[in-house]
Amino acid sequence: MSVAVPAAHAPGLIRRRKIVNLIGLTFAACATLFGLFWLVWILGTTLYFGFSALSPKLFTQMTPAPGASGGLLNALFGSAVMIVIGVVTGTPVGVMAGTWLAEYRHGTPIAGIIRFVNDILLSAPSIVIGLFVYELVVRTSGHFSGYAGGIALALILLPVVVRTSDETLRLIPVSLREATLALGAPRWRMVTAILWPAARTGITTGILLAVARISGETAPLLFTALNNQYWTANPANPMANIPVVIFQYALSPYEDWHSLAWAGALIMTLLVLTTSVLARAALKGKR
Amino acid sequence: MFHAAAASAAWLVLIVLGMAALSMLWGGLPALRRFGFGFIFSTDWNPVTRQFGAGVAIYGTLVSSAIAMLLAVPVSFGIAVFLTEVAPARVRPVVAAAIELLAGVPSIIYGMWGLFVFVPVMSDTIEPWLTSSLGALPLVGPLFSGPPLGIGMLTAGIILGIMIIPFISSVMRDVFMLVPPQLREASFALGATRWEVVRKVVLPYTRTAVVGGVFLGLGRALGETMAVTFVLGNAHDFSLSLLMPGNSISAAIANEFTEADSDLYLSALIALGFLLFVVTFIVLAAAKLMLLRLARRDGRTS
Amino acid sequence: MERPATMPNQDALDTLDAAVVVSPPVPKDTRIAIRNLDFFYGRNQALKAIDFDLPDRKVSAMIGPSGCGKSTLLRVLNRMYDLYPGQRATGTVMMDGQNLIDSDIDVSVLRSRIGMVFQKPTPFPMSVYDNVAFGVKLYEKLNKAAMDERVEWSLTRAALWPEVKDRLNASATGLSGGQQQRLCIARTIAVRPEVILLDEPTSALDPISTLKIEELIDELKDDFTIVIVTHNMQQAARCADRVAFFYLGEMVECGPASQIFTSPKQKRTQEYVTGRFG
Repeated sequence: MSVAVPAAHAPGLIRRRKIVNLIGLTFAACATLFGLFWLVWILGTTLYFGFSALSPKLFTQMTPAPGASGGLLNALFGSAVMIVIGVVTGTPVGVMAGTWLAEYRHGTPIAGIIRFVNDILLSAPSIVIGLFVYELVVRTSGHFSGYAGGIALALILLPVVVRTSDETLRLIPVSLREATLALGAPRWRMVTAILWPAARTGITTGILLAVARISGETAPLLFTALNNQYWTANPANPMANIPVVIFQYALSPYEDWHSLAWAGALIMTLLVLTTSVLARAALKGKR
Repeated sequence: MFHAAAASAAWLVLIVLGMAALSMLWGGLPALRRFGFGFIFSTDWNPVTRQFGAGVAIYGTLVSSAIAMLLAVPVSFGIAVFLTEVAPARVRPVVAAAIELLAGVPSIIYGMWGLFVFVPVMSDTIEPWLTSSLGALPLVGPLFSGPPLGIGMLTAGIILGIMIIPFISSVMRDVFMLVPPQLREASFALGATRWEVVRKVVLPYTRTAVVGGVFLGLGRALGETMAVTFVLGNAHDFSLSLLMPGNSISAAIANEFTEADSDLYLSALIALGFLLFVVTFIVLAAAKLMLLRLARRDGRTS
Repeated sequence: MERPATMPNQDALDTLDAAVVVSPPVPKDTRIAIRNLDFFYGRNQALKAIDFDLPDRKVSAMIGPSGCGKSTLLRVLNRMYDLYPGQRATGTVMMDGQNLIDSDIDVSVLRSRIGMVFQKPTPFPMSVYDNVAFGVKLYEKLNKAAMDERVEWSLTRAALWPEVKDRLNASATGLSGGQQQRLCIARTIAVRPEVILLDEPTSALDPISTLKIEELIDELKDDFTIVIVTHNMQQAARCADRVAFFYLGEMVECGPASQIFTSPKQKRTQEYVTGRFG
């Protein structure tokens, strides 16, 4: 039983609207299931093949020649070195740039332009960054190197850190700034002693998200760090790294290499997803 | 001192973008000069005869991105509607986190999964079915003809689509949540259904920003490298069929850059990169401007 | 004693009287009769055992300090609380022999009969004309001429027609705040409801716009049963036939406007209307 329907109402209209509503909402639910379906399939595959390829050898042996057995030690090490180079060079620049945008030039046209450009860099194709660093570093130095790879990663990390630092710093209330300046502190003291510590969680989250992002990047390393079948601890040489090893081994015809590629894919995916989940959890905890 | 350091760091962001564009233009100049506008339209890519035309790669980038958008836009819209209107409060954060997880998966994993898992499914099941059901039709038939290799434009487009779903859906969800709750309540108070509120109030209110989100996804799709390189097939012959191997700008660069054996070859690849850079810059800038418009209007009225 | 959330179906209000012994009788000419209504936000009880009658084609005002439950009661009447999980109502809200808070009530039809205007003007992002036609299209299939006529009728009733008749296709967001609010009233009456709920409709407006809306309310009560929630006691005194004073989720007192403002029976009502708290 329902409320009396006013006489003016078109017969059947409400019924038809409700059917359309049901179809629309069902479509929305199906679209979500569709999205989750691929997530489960892709992650499931990676976990399944990755875990079956997992062995202690991965962490003790170098990448093998075709047909031979081996591990991923040099590639893991190379990836770690380049990520560290990327973070060490990119983070200070990113935090400083974010600070300048939020503290010194907030609301000016130039800050708007830099934010705009930064947001574009954030989504720019990473292979373009690879080409740029090739032109900038590899061609001028004459050879591929771990440094070049690290710089490419730094350029991908940079916009993420700029944006999160800028946004976090802008969330700090004006009263805190005024209180500090009212004590007679110079501006740079206010930034380093008060604002940065206050924004620590947000900035750290940004760095973690950026690390997650660069850990999975392949395209910018293809022609900067290249690859290296052997051990090297010197970033001036071409360096092996997980993404490029996955790329080359997966496209090879050898079963052993495929299995190593899956193992690398598993390690990389777990690392990337754990880092980003941790970062987001930290952010939520703060809020 | 401190101020100067911070300022130069910020300017570096601008300089990086400018230098990236200039260095690629510089690197690609020999090829662009040699082939002129023909570089964009010619489909003749032959390292042996030193002929480089980017037509096939450009066509592949556009078509695979178009397929990706056809798949991703409606699905992302559905997900955003589900997350803002349908899902019970407890389910929302879980589903949202799962979709964000999909965005976090490195693109090379999509490519590898595509090559080892999805390509066989396409070649064994989906493509034979498409060929037998659609291949004989007039007009669309040629798009679905040819041997079911699994590798090709359609597969790459689908994988790209799956990849950009989380980006587009999260932008859409965010802008849907910007709709003032009073506006939604007012439409419910007139007796509108949830779907009507979305279609007639939420969507018109957020229209530009939704298009901005779609463009953001398009920017990603155009420039994505690893997810498509595995499954495109690196072919340099033009083929109308979506089931045939193809190429894309980014895949051509990834596959051939380290094998380029002449300066002209290298220059042609860098010129491709320059084209990609310009196109994605325009698309992303448009996306950003459209997203800013909603933010600005919100700032004014509230 | 806790009664079930849904009442057995009954045909008329007088049978309701017989069923609910403890509740006061329903006076004649009542459009909506509320009996023993409780409302909960999760575990918090926001309304306690409310008995309240809304007389047909009169203006009933609900006053009281913030958080007293007056807006909550308004949102029960057209089931706006349905939108939010965890909010629920028990008791009876009888209109034409139907308990409006029964779960099987069609809320879409219900909201076509009980319209609502909100505190902040809420023009939809479309033209003035489309704003007014929006609700009508949900229920009726009118041809262009009939729709034009309905739009003009609604805008005229909302005292907005002279101001917007030349800009019907302009965006509604370009109107002034007072015009926007009258547009929202036009949008609500275009559906031709029987009851109109006004949730502090003038609190975001300037004094001149407020005056226009108060005059409008006075005219509309010839055709519509009006319920208004307001913070402003002068407004309640000017507009309302009956006034109910709410405090901490309970209805303290209810009566003709003149009586509530001049000789309230309860001490708390007196303190509130004389401005000693709230």
